[in-house]
Amino acid sequence: MVDVNNLEFGIETFGDIVANEDGSLKTAAESIRQIVREGELADQYGINVIGVGEHHRPDYSVSSPETVLAAIAAVTKNIKLATAVTVLSSDDPVRVYERFATLDGLSNGRAQVMLGRGSFTESFPLFGYDLTDYDDLFNEKLVLYDQLRKEKPVTWSGKFRPSLKAQEVYPKTEKGELETYIGIGGSPESIIRAARFGYKVIIAIIGGQAERFKPYMDLYHKAAQKFDMPVYPVAVHSHGFIADDKNEAVEVAFKNIKANFDRIGLTRGWAPMSREQFDNETKVGSFYVGDPETVAQRIAKTIQLLDLGRFDLVYGAGNQTVAQRERMIELYATKVIPRVKEILSTKEGENHDH
Amino acid sequence: MTIKRIGIIGAGKVGIVLAGLALKAGYEVRISGSGSVSKIELTIETLVPGAVASENADVIANSDLIILAIPLSRYHNIDPQLLNGKLVIDAMNYWWETDGIREEVLTPDSTSSEQVQAYFKGSTIVKTFNHMGYHNLQEDARPKGTKDRKALFVTGNNSEAVTKVAQFVDTMGFDQVVHYHLADGIMTEPGSPLFGASLNYQDLKNIIDHFDQTEFGKKVAASTHHE
Repeated sequence: MVDVNNLEFGIETFGDIVANEDGSLKTAAESIRQIVREGELADQYGINVIGVGEHHRPDYSVSSPETVLAAIAAVTKNIKLATAVTVLSSDDPVRVYERFATLDGLSNGRAQVMLGRGSFTESFPLFGYDLTDYDDLFNEKLVLYDQLRKEKPVTWSGKFRPSLKAQEVYPKTEKGELETYIGIGGSPESIIRAARFGYKVIIAIIGGQAERFKPYMDLYHKAAQKFDMPVYPVAVHSHGFIADDKNEAVEVAFKNIKANFDRIGLTRGWAPMSREQFDNETKVGSFYVGDPETVAQRIAKTIQLLDLGRFDLVYGAGNQTVAQRERMIELYATKVIPRVKEILSTKEGENHDH
Repeated sequence: MTIKRIGIIGAGKVGIVLAGLALKAGYEVRISGSGSVSKIELTIETLVPGAVASENADVIANSDLIILAIPLSRYHNIDPQLLNGKLVIDAMNYWWETDGIREEVLTPDSTSSEQVQAYFKGSTIVKTFNHMGYHNLQEDARPKGTKDRKALFVTGNNSEAVTKVAQFVDTMGFDQVVHYHLADGIMTEPGSPLFGASLNYQDLKNIIDHFDQTEFGKKVAASTHHE
């Protein structure tokens, strides 16, 4: 049974470029300022977390998410400030710690690190890393980050970074530890690794049925047990779009999510998204699209199915207008989240045949 | 020889999905990862209970049909002798994000499966399972005759081997569009309108039949000097 009182709801943006009403695009700078505005809105509405992604591509505005989160910190009170994700493999764990510890100070302990290998790879050549070291880079840097997170003197040596000898890293946080998640895309190795380090897990479900991940929950539990590590409620992040009218939501989402996926597909060689594919994703897959009731039913179903502790909706994919983005956040906070909680606490969701 | 035992090299997303489908179809399944058995044991017993986690040599020796489901840049890590006399499915593609620069992995004037065949000289390579996303493979598998059944492209130079693999694909839950030319595997690689798509038999066949009219087909034709 889902613990409704402790359920968390977040929104995440990858920093997509915002569109004007006439379809033209805003600048990256304007898009960044809009995210800060949205962070403020989300906090006022009582959303638990905002996550901001790190990308190094022309179609996204944010390459330095902690800076954006710092601005959000200054205009908010309660919302947690997360990255979605920090590409640890091509970063320096010492810098990662320092930036987040600073953000944590600025925000009264609201910083949340989400570490991942990243689904994009632009940062590798940019920072001088070799993609063929993809696995080794993440493994090695995670070991170092894990030591830094303990906020004690660090002695460490590895292949990809100069050694540290009894080195202190500053600032120390007030809680003595940065809250840390590992973002997972569906490789079983990743979920075992998260369990081994005793970190919280957030799974990016960007295609297909959430049910597919049920065995992964078992794997996480078994792995945590094997390594004698704590088990935390699991979080999921998926794409979505909410509007007052269901059909409007579907059309806006199709146009924007398709544009977004197809543009990425171009560089990766996958075929453009078909309408059939999109419809399938919105009906039974991992796009949460529609009016508030439709989206609430689907989110509730996923939370129940995977016994989640947190659900993050990725918003703003493609090029959406300010009105579309802000209305979606409002509907999510004021209609969807309360409705999801209601469904889950009345058990209505269990018999709901969608 | 009837195919009863399936050996999967690669315990990543694709390998595990294929292991699950093969178990469901009633095959005996062995699977190996890149490291020691202990590295994949927990994953295999949790995600595909019934499959045996093992090492490459054992998986290959004790299987009637082998599936290569590893990054293309890593097939060189397998001793080609091990696969002598074996029927092998190549489910791999060149994928720049994992494999690195194309020229370092492949020579420009042939296709990836031809190079896999050239490396594993003593085996018979058939290409399939490479063009559909792993979650589609998992979710779209259907019994024969089901209305919404999807199809996979199956191609290889040895017609007997292609027929066997096509039958296997059928038991795994997919219709088949069959060619008898290993180099045609390029038709379904990244960049092709078929890569990442999940189509029924007719739609898949239409694109294959008119491949030279697709943008990708034109590009492939332009880069192949001898055609």
